[in-house]
This record gives sequence, structure tokens and C-alpha cells, in this order.
Amino acid sequence: MTTTTTPLAAEAPEGIGILLPAPADLFWGAVCFVILFGVLWKLVLPKAQKALADRTDAIEGGIERAEAMQAEAQSVLAEYKEQLAEARHEAARLRQEAQEQGAALIAEMRAEGQRQREEIIAAGHAQIEADRKQASLTLRQDVGRLATDLAGRLVGESLEDHARQSRVIDRFLDALEDRAEEGAAR
Amino acid sequence: MEHTLNALALTQTPLAAGGDGEFHTPSISEFFPDAVLFEGTVFELNRIRIALVLVTLVIAALFAIAMRNPQRVPRGGQNVAETAIDFVRNSIALETLGRVKGTRYLPYLVTLFFFVLGANILAIVPGVNIAASSTIGLPFLLAMITWAIYHVDGVREHGLFGYIKVQTVVPGVPKALAPVVILLEALQALIIRPFSLMLRLLANMMAGHILLVLFFSGASYLLLHGGGLLPVAGAGSAVMGLAFTGFELFVAALQAYIFTLLTAMYINMAISHEH
Repeated sequence: MTTTTTPLAAEAPEGIGILLPAPADLFWGAVCFVILFGVLWKLVLPKAQKALADRTDAIEGGIERAEAMQAEAQSVLAEYKEQLAEARHEAARLRQEAQEQGAALIAEMRAEGQRQREEIIAAGHAQIEADRKQASLTLRQDVGRLATDLAGRLVGESLEDHARQSRVIDRFLDALEDRAEEGAAR
Repeated sequence: MEHTLNALALTQTPLAAGGDGEFHTPSISEFFPDAVLFEGTVFELNRIRIALVLVTLVIAALFAIAMRNPQRVPRGGQNVAETAIDFVRNSIALETLGRVKGTRYLPYLVTLFFFVLGANILAIVPGVNIAASSTIGLPFLLAMITWAIYHVDGVREHGLFGYIKVQTVVPGVPKALAPVVILLEALQALIIRPFSLMLRLLANMMAGHILLVLFFSGASYLLLHGGGLLPVAGAGSAVMGLAFTGFELFVAALQAYIFTLLTAMYINMAISHEH
């Protein structure tokens, strides 16, 4: 181990001397510190701060916009669903109504048909009745005349007496009707 | 072999300077290069001080250029600059001091972090190879600025007596011990904190530099002048030197972070109202 000391630089401190700051180190250190501090404090950091605030604004604004849009979309969806439900309801109501109307129409038509049928039947009946009455009347007159003629020829006497003639005819017809009723009952 | 053993005794000075075939042990004179300009005045410039001025200008210019026209969506340099500032803001300033105070002290903390980082990085910048923070001047200066800031703002916040009470009185201390504790706390606030701040940075950067010089000068000597198997050891020494160059980068960043973080904590202790 050698103890020879030959320092390279004459001003190199020894021992505790290395803990004593050199004035030039302090000076240049301070100059550099002030330069850097000035640039960062006055130039860089305000811009960084502004950029950050700007970005926060943009992001928060974006989020707000997105939220508003989502709310709008949801309200539109709700509205649409409501409208859809309404439309379905309306459609169901219309269908129901149509069915009811159809049923009513059918019932009405059926009633009309029934009524017409009954009318026709009634008319038929009336016609038949009238025909029957007509026939009966004609028959009565003809049968009466024929019978009196026949009877006159048979008995040789003219049944000129009108009353008597009528009586004879009526009796004859009543007998005919009785026979007809007996036939119907049988 | 005697020379290599010699290298381990860091305070020993070399046998001879620069002569071929002689081993040049790293010595304390490493940290005091010859003056280049203004020798003997307070403006004296040497290699280290010139490098400090240059690295300061580079950092200032990089930040100024990166943030000259900040965009809402950061790209390239702006992205890097903002990430760097955000690191100091979030993990040092806001974390330690809270939102309001953290923002108030941000300019100082950002400057401190990047200034110390720049000065430390010089340790592995080719052609400079020595940190500006490995001489006492810069650590002393920055520790004193921190020291002045926390005392001044502490007094401003609490008033003189209030501040002395905040810094010295620890609640819940037995009455008998109170004088001792008050003395210790006062010693801490006045001397120990700035001194430890200064020494931690200085010693780390100094030791890093000596290690690098040792490995590389050892490698050079053993490879060029070693006989037998010694060049193999020289290659090993070079590899170690490279590894420690990487480690030095890590130490440079770590020490900048620690210096800034402790500054923020000391300021917080001085101006905080909760105890």
C-alpha cells in the first residue's frame, strides 16, 4: 500500500474539504436552477395545466353529451314502445269491433232473411187463403147452381124459391164440410 | 497486483498520472477537473459545470419545444413531457401535499426533479461521465433551497411561534422526555433534514462515479497491460462496468425521485395543520 499523494488538480480539496461547496458550483448551479425553474414555471407548466384542463373539459363534455344522447335515445325508445303498444291495442280494438260488426251484420242479415221468409210464407198463406176462399165461393155458387139444376131435373120441379134453394145448398155444403173434417181428423 | 489492491483504497491517490503501463486509480481529484474559463473567479467553468449548463438548457428546450403548442390529444413529445410532469404531479406533489398545496408547489418540485435527474444523468453521458451532483455544490444548493422554502412557508402558515411548536412538539410525549424530544425535533428540522438530503445525493453519485471509473480503468489496464489470465479479469471488469452503467441510470432516477419526494414531505410537515 502506497501512501504517496500526488493530486492531479491543485485545487482538489482534501478530507472535510469535499463537503465545502465551491463558490463557482453554487453560482452555476443557481444559474441553471433559475433557468430551468423559470422555463418550467412560466412557460411549460401553465401550458400543461391548460392542456390538462382542456382535456378534462373535453372528456367531461363528451361524457355529458353521451349521457344526454343516451337519455334521449331511452326516451325515444320508451315513446316508441308506448306507441307500439297503443297501435297494438288499437289494432286489437279494431279487430274486436270488426268482429262485433260482422257478427251484428250476420245476425241482422239472418233476422232479415227470417223476416223475409216469414213474409213470403205469410204472403203465401194469405194467397192460399184468398185462393181457397175464392175457390170455395166459386165452388159454392157452381155446386149450388149445378145441384139445384140437377135436383130440378130430377124432381121435375123448379126450385124457383130462392130461400129454399139457399137452404138446400147450405145443408149440402155443411154436410160436405163435416165429411171433410172427419177426413182430416182421421 | 499491488496496484489493483490499491484501487480499492479510494482515498489513495495514483502513483503516477496517465503514464502508460501504470494503473490510474480513481481519486478525489476526479471530481475537481481543471478550470476551462474564468479560473479563480466565482464564474469559473470546468468540464462538469459546462455539462450542467448544457444539460439544463437541453431539458428546458425539450420541455419548451414539446409544450410549445399543446394539443387536446397529446402526441409525440407533448405526450412524453406531459407524462413526465404527471409523474411528479401525481406520485410526488398530489400524493404528499394534496391537491391544493401540491399544485402550489408543483413548479418547484418539477424543477427539482428534472434538475437533479439531469445533473445525475451526466454520470453516464459519454464525454462527461460525471454527475454534476457528485460535488457538494449542487446538493448543498438544492438542500438549502428546500430548507429555506419549508421554513419560510411554515412561518408564513403558522406564525413564528406556531411554526416552532409544529416542528418541535410531538403530542403524547411524557413530560419528562419532552425537552429531549423538542431538542431532537428542532435539530431534525434545522440540520438533519437538509444535511441528509444533501449527503444522500452526493454520496450516491460520488460512489457511482468511482465504481464506474474503477471498473473501466481496471478493464483498460488489465486488458492492455495484464499478463497471463489477467485480460480475462479485465473483460469481466468491463462487463461489470457496463452493468453498473445501467445501474447508475437507475440510481440517477431514484435519487432524483427521493430528493423531490423528501422535499415535498418536509414542506408538508412544515405547513400542515394536522398532527
